Amino acid sequence: MSQQVGAIKRINGSLVVAEGLRGARTGDAVYIGELRLIGEVVRISGDLVALQCYEDTSGLRPGEPVIGTGAPLMAELGPGLIGEIFDGLERSEIELWKLTGPFIRRGVRIAPLRRDRRWGFESRVKPGDEVEEGDVIGVVQESSVVEHRILVPVGLRGVIESIEEGSFTVDDTIAVLVAPDGRRIPLKLVQYWPVRIPRPYRERMPIDRPLITGQRVIDTFFPVAKGGTAAIPGGFGSGKTITLQQIAKWSDADIVIYIGCGERGNEMADILTHFPELEDPRTGKKLIERAIFIANVSNLPVAAREASVYMGVTIAEYFRDQGYDVAVIIDSTSRWAEALRDISGRLEEIPAEEGYPAYLSERIAELYERAGRVVALGRDRRIGSVTIMGAVSPPGGDFSEPVTSTTMRFVGALWALDTELAYRRHFPAINWLRSFTRYVEVLEDFWVKLDPQWRTYRERALAILEEASRLEEIARVIGEKALPNDQRLILLTAEIIREGFLVQNAYHRVDTYCPPERQVKLLKIMISFYDFASELIKLGVPVDRIRGLKSVMELLRLKEREELEEIDAAYERVRGDLERLKAEYEAAGVMRGA
Amino acid sequence: MSLAREKAGPVYRTVREVRGPLLVVEGVKGVRYNELVEVKLADGTEIIGTVLDVYENRVVVQVFGQTEGLSLDAAVRFTGDVMRIPLSEDLVGRIFSGSFRPLDGLPEPIGYERREIFVSVINPAAREPPSEFMQTGISVIDGMNALVRGQKLPIFSEAGLPHNIMAAQIARQSTVLGSEEEFAVVFCAMGIKHEEYEYFRREFERTGALDRSVMILNLADDPIIERIIAPRIALTIAEYLAFDLDMHVLAILTDMTGYCEALRSISIAREEVPARKGYPGYMYSDLASIYERAGKIKGKKGSITMMPILTMPGGDITHPIPDLTGYITEGQLILSRELHGRGIYPPVNPLPSLSRLMKDGVGPRRTREDHMEVANQLYMAYAEGVRARDLARIIGELSLSDREKRYLKFAEEFEKRFINQGVYENRPIEKTLEIAWGLLAMLPEDELVRISEENIRKYHPRYRSA
Ligand SMILES: Nc1ncnc2c1ncn2[C@@H]1O[C@H](COP(=O)(O)OP(=O)(O)O)[C@@H](O)[C@H]1O
Ligand SMILES: [Mg+2]
Repeated sequence: MSQQVGAIKRINGSLVVAEGLRGARTGDAVYIGELRLIGEVVRISGDLVALQCYEDTSGLRPGEPVIGTGAPLMAELGPGLIGEIFDGLERSEIELWKLTGPFIRRGVRIAPLRRDRRWGFESRVKPGDEVEEGDVIGVVQESSVVEHRILVPVGLRGVIESIEEGSFTVDDTIAVLVAPDGRRIPLKLVQYWPVRIPRPYRERMPIDRPLITGQRVIDTFFPVAKGGTAAIPGGFGSGKTITLQQIAKWSDADIVIYIGCGERGNEMADILTHFPELEDPRTGKKLIERAIFIANVSNLPVAAREASVYMGVTIAEYFRDQGYDVAVIIDSTSRWAEALRDISGRLEEIPAEEGYPAYLSERIAELYERAGRVVALGRDRRIGSVTIMGAVSPPGGDFSEPVTSTTMRFVGALWALDTELAYRRHFPAINWLRSFTRYVEVLEDFWVKLDPQWRTYRERALAILEEASRLEEIARVIGEKALPNDQRLILLTAEIIREGFLVQNAYHRVDTYCPPERQVKLLKIMISFYDFASELIKLGVPVDRIRGLKSVMELLRLKEREELEEIDAAYERVRGDLERLKAEYEAAGVMRGA
Repeated sequence: MSLAREKAGPVYRTVREVRGPLLVVEGVKGVRYNELVEVKLADGTEIIGTVLDVYENRVVVQVFGQTEGLSLDAAVRFTGDVMRIPLSEDLVGRIFSGSFRPLDGLPEPIGYERREIFVSVINPAAREPPSEFMQTGISVIDGMNALVRGQKLPIFSEAGLPHNIMAAQIARQSTVLGSEEEFAVVFCAMGIKHEEYEYFRREFERTGALDRSVMILNLADDPIIERIIAPRIALTIAEYLAFDLDMHVLAILTDMTGYCEALRSISIAREEVPARKGYPGYMYSDLASIYERAGKIKGKKGSITMMPILTMPGGDITHPIPDLTGYITEGQLILSRELHGRGIYPPVNPLPSLSRLMKDGVGPRRTREDHMEVANQLYMAYAEGVRARDLARIIGELSLSDREKRYLKFAEEFEKRFINQGVYENRPIEKTLEIAWGLLAMLPEDELVRISEENIRKYHPRYRSA
């Protein structure tokens, strides 16, 4: 690749205009100025090339050199990604800290993967084997949970001439491939992929299994599927970050990529502190052993937010191609969209709504399009998935603004947060009337194995909640007391479902994660309670008698019980109490009848 | 002038255009983006500015001082360096203008080093998550929205509400339990009135905090544009005190609305496409570059705890200034005109208020094991009570159910006994929790669902008196 050299003509924030950068293409990475700040070509007009600079441009002068790399912005992929925290350009923030102290410095170039670290490589093919793109040539046990599969890079095929096992750095040659044209190509543990181009796969697969998050309101009511997409919009303080962190912690993905895009530094510090301590409820292994963080926090240069999202998704696709289920979490996509707006404004493009460029919806759609469940390249038909879940931060909490309204069109599940619920400390503050999911049908098979009635429970619970909010509107005018008993029972049941099922405290030792079996059981009990209590109401039992039962109020706390048997036992107590009430009123009824 | 290293660099008299706080200078060479500029007006006044846009030999300069008197005959000197201030421990106890001119009659400060004021980003990997409970002695804060050292927690207020009194009370009473470390207050005024500043000064003086404070003042009649640099000067000093001198710094920034107005006026002068209500699209990132300077760093003793104060235009929390602030800060304390009207001080409405870092600062070994649960229960019960009160306004109190009546009573007592307290009343956390339990005891025990059964048995007055 030839190096092109140009000179700076203009500097305006993150926008740098250079001239003389002949042969540059949009998307090419460039080094800007004497400090060699990293940037990317965003527009070419005649001899002038507009560059988006990913680092602070203070101190740059017209006339300083701009060097084109002739290649697009790449993700470096290979062992050493797991457990790392990168900035949006894949620089390790831990290495940066060691190198330049606790404050970020500019123009520091460090390779994403550590060069000094050696990895134990085990081969899966032998000399003479024919391989094609995507085939696994060997593995590295990167962490106790992640077997890093080394793939023949996209675009290559041929015959393995030699392959070694042993301990290697990412730059060592582990195998030599002879291409059909006779070229001998060294294969390494490291490979590269341009972040803005989706990695290819063999074919898309139907989406048919849930991403279990352990959060009841999500898994039971508004589930997301592996390979699907979800967005979580909400005003500040409504619970976007905590919900996404809960998913990062407890979801049953193989790999979690957490992209802190334009959000708080302390939130990243908090995750970095806690992940190494937390254990996966399924494997008992430390969560850090399956996680990768990208922390392009709010006070880092805005332009790099844009790149950070693609960087994270590209790394996700790379693990997908190894046959893993990867969860990508983006907090927040609004900050990414604002970065688009910022550069668009500086380029003086014609703005559409609220200053956002006209191509906003295209970009949002393209981003979520990178989710999916696929058969990867390679002959063993590995299946992997990328699930993308993004926070949306609507200004003033107004969901009609461009980023929220556009995102809602493209995602498969929407977890709409509600400030009113958050004020009451009803968390997760996911509003059950405004949220949706398109995955219920495809996920039914999974749940039905736990309880054949699952779909019915779910629908009835939603119906009760909906009816309750209608009744609450009425009660707001006439008072709850004025409602008939059967309606008050709906209100009571809705309260039990809300407090006992929907509310889930992220900081509670037991309740932070609720396995699917417990979710189904809790819901079933609440529906059974409603059915039984309805009978009593018909017999003339006032709702206050039911509410007054200690065992009924205990339903609110059942979620905190770890053992399924305890839940059963508690329900037996409810039933016993209701039976007694029933007997009492039946007796009274008989007497009246007599 | 102490923002520039020395009187050096080329001078140009080629201003071609003046537009509000912006100057277009032509024929210049070798100018750096963001570099510090000194502008000398015809009458000899000197003001400073920075380079906003460089297009070959044409430069747009933004000035930070008085914009009246700016004209085409101004002399512009490009210093070749970004804006820096000298730093030393001698800054403690001093008072400066928003562009760092001494206002206390003392000489220009000399420092060991000069640090740039605009760009300062803590590496997220180097941050220490804040976790030490700071007792403010104010129940509604300590009990329900506890502040931790290194947090950024703003007060959202409205004109006429006692945010200054409250901020001063916090500055006066804040302590980290069981620690006796060096503290300092960095106070940055942006567009507040003289009497408001005088109030803070007197309060700090009375409690001896004045000797431990640095004041950067841009008052209501000072140049608006200067507010862009004032908080950056303040925070550069705060960082020096915290991370070089190991001090625990409380940074009070007031009023952030004044700051944002300055930001907007520059954006309008630059004819940028606004995002909402005329405020620029980059306001989120700009505010983040200020607020995110709070925090703690691994391996360093000091900390910056930040308390920005802002007045919500029209009392509207969805206005871009409180909205974007809330998206960046670690919670918010919201003052309510209604509570104030009922004579409750501090009039903090707990429902929309939040301390995101509370959970890391309270609990066993920090405050008390029941602290977080009690807070959650108070939230739930108060929300319930407020709802009952709204209902009573429509249907009358008599038509409420017994349960609703109980919660209504709870809300009233809660406001009177828990939220309400004296300006000089300093309640230890045990006292705050004791009041809370007294109130929760008004409710049926099995409705205290946010509190674990163990903690109910341990702390509920019913079991304690027995
Ligand atoms: N599931 C939850 N359990 C307990 N508290 C929660 C939960 N979700 C949110 N919160 C509370 O709400 C606060 C704000 O949540 P956060 O996710 O940071 O909001 P956002 O990202 O929408 O601004 C948190 O600090 C926490 O106190
Ligand atoms: Mg958040």
